[in-house]
Amino acid sequence: MPATTKTNFQLISNGILNENPIFRLALSMCPAVGISTTVMNGIMLGIAVLFVQVFSSCTIAAIKNYIHPRIRIPTYTLTIATWVTVIDLVLAAYMPAAYKEMGIFVKLIVAFAIITMRLEIFACKNSVSASFWDGIGMGLGFMFGMVALGFVRELLGMGTLLGYDVLGVRPLLFFVLPAAGFFCVGIMMAMFNYMELVYNRKRRAKGI
Amino acid sequence: MNISGRNYLFSAILLIIGAFLIGGCATEEHRFVKKTAFKDANQIVIEFAGPVDEAWAGNPSNYTVYEEPDPDIKLKIQDITLSADRKTVILSFADPLNQNQPHVLTANNISAEGKSLGTAILSVKKVYLGYLFSILIGAMIINNFVFTKYLGLCVFFGTSQKKSTAVGMGITFTIVIVVSAMMAWFLYQFVLKPYRLDFLQIVVFIGLVSLSVQAVDTILRKVNPLLFKAFGVYLVLVIANCIIIAVPLILADNSYNAFESLMLALGAGLGFLIALFLMSSVRERLELANVPPTYRGLPIAFVVAGLFALAFLGFSGMSIF
Repeated sequence: MPATTKTNFQLISNGILNENPIFRLALSMCPAVGISTTVMNGIMLGIAVLFVQVFSSCTIAAIKNYIHPRIRIPTYTLTIATWVTVIDLVLAAYMPAAYKEMGIFVKLIVAFAIITMRLEIFACKNSVSASFWDGIGMGLGFMFGMVALGFVRELLGMGTLLGYDVLGVRPLLFFVLPAAGFFCVGIMMAMFNYMELVYNRKRRAKGI
Repeated sequence: MNISGRNYLFSAILLIIGAFLIGGCATEEHRFVKKTAFKDANQIVIEFAGPVDEAWAGNPSNYTVYEEPDPDIKLKIQDITLSADRKTVILSFADPLNQNQPHVLTANNISAEGKSLGTAILSVKKVYLGYLFSILIGAMIINNFVFTKYLGLCVFFGTSQKKSTAVGMGITFTIVIVVSAMMAWFLYQFVLKPYRLDFLQIVVFIGLVSLSVQAVDTILRKVNPLLFKAFGVYLVLVIANCIIIAVPLILADNSYNAFESLMLALGAGLGFLIALFLMSSVRERLELANVPPTYRGLPIAFVVAGLFALAFLGFSGMSIF
């Protein structure tokens, strides 16, 4: 793939819609199921992933000419691990409550397939600025997915949003259960599929 | 491949495990404390390396004891006896101890021959085969990594379409996780912790995992090409699995010893194998079912996994022995 010709805005919207990491690419599902119980968790982990994605994309884009192709995967892994260590220590020092809530998942950002994949197919072929915007798009896309899941689960499960009482009742306590994460992701994926199906049908009808 | 090659592989693995086990016995928590153990229903025995002062040992306010899960509930000490050589202290408690839980014992300012030797934080555990077995079963079923901790889902959904693939992936994963977790445990206990390099754990563990995947790949290719042909393709996927990096992190957080680490890693691997096998059995049947088009593929797999997770919820809170 040659260097991208997309504008910065296209790069960002690509990450949020066309190649949404959670609903379209179905990568990094573990946090989407595990800790999407509240909107706040989604925002916090989203910020952490955004940070790691942007900084490792920029690092790899900056040093891409010096990496021998045969050791590129270990280089990516170590770069990501370095930035994850940075965000892990920063969160532990300045936001201990949120850090405790997210538990082991902050450290596990290092194993998220989405970050390595973006480095492999985008950052190692493009300029630093394009990689920066692509990283922002992917990070925001991940955050969008997490917040959408957290929104549904927090509203239906506890009747609150960001900790504020919205509904006054708890409609379906079931959604707070960890196991409900699987159902939520499955149903949301099906909804995305359905929208695509309807969209394609309409377009085909127009074409004929 | 012939039998001698397989023998070499087995003896090499046994040797590595043996070395770890011997290493595990040698860990100590405080230089002046030799051993801690449960005795009877309500007693804890502390064995010191040298004689301690009677005045210090007899004062109950020098000891605090609690069960590891609840640090707020301090257990009440009823009686303290010091042996004649002043090396062994027996703490008797008002109530019987729940010996299945590890207890944390803090001995403040140990004083021996008039000198203060610092505070020791000790963990008192019942080490017997049943306890190890309970860790194994715990990691395998009660706290199954896929269905109750939601880790390793990418690979889980990717390789659970066919039973043969699922079993292959599960076995490869179990081998790699045992090797890498033991290496990570060794490195953490004997290099990172003594030199206060804990903050490097993520970088070191991920490097170790890639290294052990590469090592298993190379060894398997040389020693048993037939096995390599069957399982080689899954080795690349192993590294994308969160569980393989989560287990060393859990080991580091909980300061397990060598036996417990081995059991946890084995349990995590076997638990993943069980989860994959169950899931692939269902998905093979789903191929024949009439699924709505929007749910075909991943969405229905997620719903099925949700049902499994609900079923596994039934195991939660169960305790063995």
